[in-house]
Amino acid sequence: MTALLEVSGVSKRFGGLQAVKAVSFRVEKGTIKAVIGPNGAGKTTLFNIVSGFLAPDAGTITFRGEPVQGSPPHRVSARGLARTFQHIKLFARMSALENVMVGRHVRSRAGFVAGMLHLPFTWSEEREVRARSLDLLDFLGIASLAGAEATSLSYGQQRAVELARALASEPEMLLLDEPAAGLNMRETADLAQLIRRIRERGVTVLIVEHDMSLVMSISDEVIVLSYGEKIADGDPRSVQRDADVIRVYLGEEDA
Amino acid sequence: MFAELFFQYLVAGLTYGAIYAIVAIGFNIIYNTTGIINFAQGEFVMLGGMTAVTLHERLRLPLPAAIAGAVLVTIGVGALIEVTFIRWLEKPSVLRMIVITIGVSILVREAALLLWGQDVRTLPYFTGDEVSSLSLLGARISPQVLWTLGTCAVAVAFLSAFFKFTMLGREMRACASNRDAAALCGLPTRNLVTLSFVLSAGIGALAGCVVCPITYTQYNVGTGLAIKGFTVAILGGLGDSVASIAAGLILGVVESFSVWVLPTAYKDAISISILLAILFLRPSGLFGARGAR
Amino acid sequence: MKSSSARYLQVSVFAAATVAVQLTAQVSGKAYFLTQLTMTAYATLVVVGLSLLMGYAGQISLGHAGFFALGGYTAAALTTWDLGPRRGQAIVAALARLHVLVLRPDPYGADVLTVHPWAAFACAVALTAAVAFVIGIPVLKLTGHYLAMATLGIGTILYSVALGTPSLGAADGISGVPPFQLVPGLQIGGSPSIRVQNYYLAWALVALSMLLLLNLIHSRVGRALRAIHAAEDAASAMGIDTARFKLRTFVLSAALAAVAGVFSTHFNGGIGPSEASIMKSVKYLAIVAVGGMGSLWGSLTASAVLNFLSLRGYFGSFDDAVFGGILILVMLFSPDGILELDLRAALRSLLRKPRPTGES
Repeated sequence: MTALLEVSGVSKRFGGLQAVKAVSFRVEKGTIKAVIGPNGAGKTTLFNIVSGFLAPDAGTITFRGEPVQGSPPHRVSARGLARTFQHIKLFARMSALENVMVGRHVRSRAGFVAGMLHLPFTWSEEREVRARSLDLLDFLGIASLAGAEATSLSYGQQRAVELARALASEPEMLLLDEPAAGLNMRETADLAQLIRRIRERGVTVLIVEHDMSLVMSISDEVIVLSYGEKIADGDPRSVQRDADVIRVYLGEEDA
Repeated sequence: MFAELFFQYLVAGLTYGAIYAIVAIGFNIIYNTTGIINFAQGEFVMLGGMTAVTLHERLRLPLPAAIAGAVLVTIGVGALIEVTFIRWLEKPSVLRMIVITIGVSILVREAALLLWGQDVRTLPYFTGDEVSSLSLLGARISPQVLWTLGTCAVAVAFLSAFFKFTMLGREMRACASNRDAAALCGLPTRNLVTLSFVLSAGIGALAGCVVCPITYTQYNVGTGLAIKGFTVAILGGLGDSVASIAAGLILGVVESFSVWVLPTAYKDAISISILLAILFLRPSGLFGARGAR
Repeated sequence: MKSSSARYLQVSVFAAATVAVQLTAQVSGKAYFLTQLTMTAYATLVVVGLSLLMGYAGQISLGHAGFFALGGYTAAALTTWDLGPRRGQAIVAALARLHVLVLRPDPYGADVLTVHPWAAFACAVALTAAVAFVIGIPVLKLTGHYLAMATLGIGTILYSVALGTPSLGAADGISGVPPFQLVPGLQIGGSPSIRVQNYYLAWALVALSMLLLLNLIHSRVGRALRAIHAAEDAASAMGIDTARFKLRTFVLSAALAAVAGVFSTHFNGGIGPSEASIMKSVKYLAIVAVGGMGSLWGSLTASAVLNFLSLRGYFGSFDDAVFGGILILVMLFSPDGILELDLRAALRSLLRKPRPTGES
């Protein structure tokens, strides 16, 4: 059975720094997999490679059975892979709703000519995009903020908008880059619940996180990176007990 | 005969190239200190020449005094520009700064038009006249060419020494390297920025004076020089003044020889085509290794 | 749908305003204003296209006058180039039979065989769009001052070619361009008898363009462009092919400038190299800056006012200086356009004690 996402032997070097070294793993459809590791372990680089922002020096990324390594971000996204960013990148001077509507770009088709001439098919398409986007804001519990300018919202609310935006393309797989960063305990618990609901909707999730409670509570599988290499891959319990992982996080003395 | 012609084109190319290099160095000094591309750079060259002519012809100052005066006046204008338009902007965007300096170059040009009209001006040759020539390696070359190349070389040497050996020069390099850190170290970054404008204006004006007898000057020569100077700066790698010298000479010579294959009317298009080629193919310049921003 | 009816209303109000202006001019005996107002309309076409490019796609263009000139010169050249002597050639005969070429009297009374204005129009716009497409691909990969200088360079090359090519009239440009018969009864030309007609045709073109551009801005494409401008990486992650969108916007704005160039050339009966000059490009830029980049109505208003004053000669010989000054003032105090001017904040920043600033 082919996994939804297969990362095989991926390496990336920046000048003298080997950021990612021969990393391989699989993500099965319908699961939540977490990528953890100390700072500088190469997690965000890995994400950038998978989502198309970087091309790997070596290795392949296979998504839905097709190779996507080296594809530009917009094409990876069109294949069904959506992502959020570590530092929230909402579109300023656009409302929360508009931000989410942009997320629906790949599920709509009105181009320059259709847009300029305001062709009839665009009327229903716009209605549909708007309705779906509102639904998503509702799903995330922030429907009331639809008209607010996106960057004027609180941090937690912006995170929610970003999630809605990523979901708007109806992706098969969602890459979440430290979604709990800056959230308090209650917000993190809400986030965990939300991610579970996202999985229930049929979206596979790959998440980079530092917050261990979140990772342990929602993940089906966890991989641990350290200095660019994968040092553990398995269910949360066994990873937690893995000697290498403990050493990497806590140092040599404690075991 | 062919060799003679070849040599003349070469010398002309080197002369113009030296001026382009000076303009590029001016760009680099300001760019290194502030990150700004000062589009008004070419106007400093124009102001130098035009002011010197006025001081020499109207006020009857002897040539050296006229040149010194022109340099001082242009320095004053440079400092004024910096203080008025640049100094008090907080973290302006690149786009905003380009547009502002374009606006400034227009104002300076229009002021020059108002003051001096459309007349073409020239300074007398520093030594000898239009027809005097020295014999060099069996070919004839105007002494003014030697003045030009010599002055540019001295200016470059002075700047190198300044940046390497003086305290002020080191402070400017610190400012260029990391402005906030320099400020935290107590360096007067705002004044150093003004100084960068002063230096750029100064060498630009000097170059303008020394090349004036050969190329003449007019209120509107600044724009073309700015574009060519920028081309040279990019060609050598933005911020690298040493490379600018080589790049400037190369551009000057290429442009000079281009009239052999293309009509003279398209001469300006040559340098711009080179600029575009560099921007598209290798924005870090022929010698540079930095990434393009 | 609320926003689309708002758009139609805005354009209707605008149309009414153009009628009001014409009637006022008529009544107050200043009917001759219409000539400059017509030229203002064509300049406005360039401005709104540039405003879209700069405000929505976030791309600066310091050479946009070049596209106006490319369109105008192509139309001028094709409609004044006498193919009569080549009548014997097969392709010329074929084109003549297809009515792509027309026989018409030239200013001196002789009959010349030139390209039909509609065919010339199509060629001019197609050529300009193609050029914009080709140069857009490498140019739009650049950012910041590299992009600015590249567009400046393109504009300068086009100007140099116009100025230096004898077959394009060199410094004198091309004259004797015939009027453009759009349909029987409607003609673009400079004759005073059709002045009113030309005024309305020009501003109708502007109104139509505004409608199309406003539609675009409120469509999926407009959202994508705003997204690109706001956060290009994130836009890319949303499936937006940013390079393609920027390129298409660039080509669209260039094509719009070309259309303005063609019509303007027929109206003026000719075109000269100054239409491609850097100063012209700077003027368009200054006007977009005043009106607010991306604010189409703001740019339109700024263009209508400033271009008209400039064409009427109100700025005298200080025309260039005025636009240079405007550019500086707007960029210093109110880079988002005059309507966004926060006078108090601007004054406060002027008087504030200097403190260390970071790199830009």
